[in-house]
Amino acid sequence: MEILNLEGTEDTPKIILNKQNGIFEISGRSLPEDSAEFYRPVLEWIGKYAAEANPTTEFVFKLEYFNTASSKLILDVLSALEDIKGMKILWYFHEDDEDMEEAGEEFSELVEIPFEFKTY
Amino acid sequence: MNFIYDLHRTMMAQKLILVYQGDFTQETTKSILAMAERNLDSSGEESSTKRKVFNVMVEALQNIVKHSSERGLKAGSLISQSAIFMISKNDNQYCVLTGNPIPKNQVPNLTKNLEHLNSQDKEGLKEMYKAIIKNTEISEKGGAGLGFVDMARKSGEKLEFSFASMDDDYDFFCLKVNIAREKE
Repeated sequence: MEILNLEGTEDTPKIILNKQNGIFEISGRSLPEDSAEFYRPVLEWIGKYAAEANPTTEFVFKLEYFNTASSKLILDVLSALEDIKGMKILWYFHEDDEDMEEAGEEFSELVEIPFEFKTY
Repeated sequence: MNFIYDLHRTMMAQKLILVYQGDFTQETTKSILAMAERNLDSSGEESSTKRKVFNVMVEALQNIVKHSSERGLKAGSLISQSAIFMISKNDNQYCVLTGNPIPKNQVPNLTKNLEHLNSQDKEGLKEMYKAIIKNTEISEKGGAGLGFVDMARKSGEKLEFSFASMDDDYDFFCLKVNIAREKE
């Protein structure tokens, strides 16, 4: 399966989705002008991955900041991951970033996927 | 040329550390954020305060960007579509201040929404956020309808707002979001 690899910028996150190596990660900052457009390839990739997913998947979110338009798309990403068997979310937050911790907790209440919280 | 000194004194008196007036796009948003961030970094601000200020700035700026794409001002009007964005800082708090024109017919709805937000406590705002994020679609303008809710949550205080009449069709919407400075 093709690898999705997007370099991070000052307003978009770094994204690596690599089935072969088992790396699934969204990290950095997310405040694109058009969040729906930005996340479209990610949602498409997950759609294809769902049909041939690895037995287990650890999907990493390591976000420093995201805007509200991105939060809606992050929920869409999580909803797309929800139906994949063996899915687990690793939600990273900076150790003194209570808001990012709380954001992860809220997402975990909105989807039926196990979340593991980690600090960095 | 007295206005230069007057403006300078006003900025000092209001403790403004950044003022931008003009057209707002994603590019100007990024420049303003970069400038403000450097300022917060160099003043050694607490990281939690810094994050909250950054958060509120992004939502406030992107709100203006979204609404400044609206057309409809009368040709030849003295009123321009340009908006203003400011940050002030004193010993206790930062304030993110914005002003932008909005059609008068949107004022009642906006007032109602903001008053409803201001009537909510922390838990109420959290529930609003979750309800909106679950049920909303991203609008054509790219908004999720969550900006004010998020600003209120990050601020932890009431959103202050007022409207000044510009002409028969437009009001100038003024918004002030306070962010307390965390003390060590």
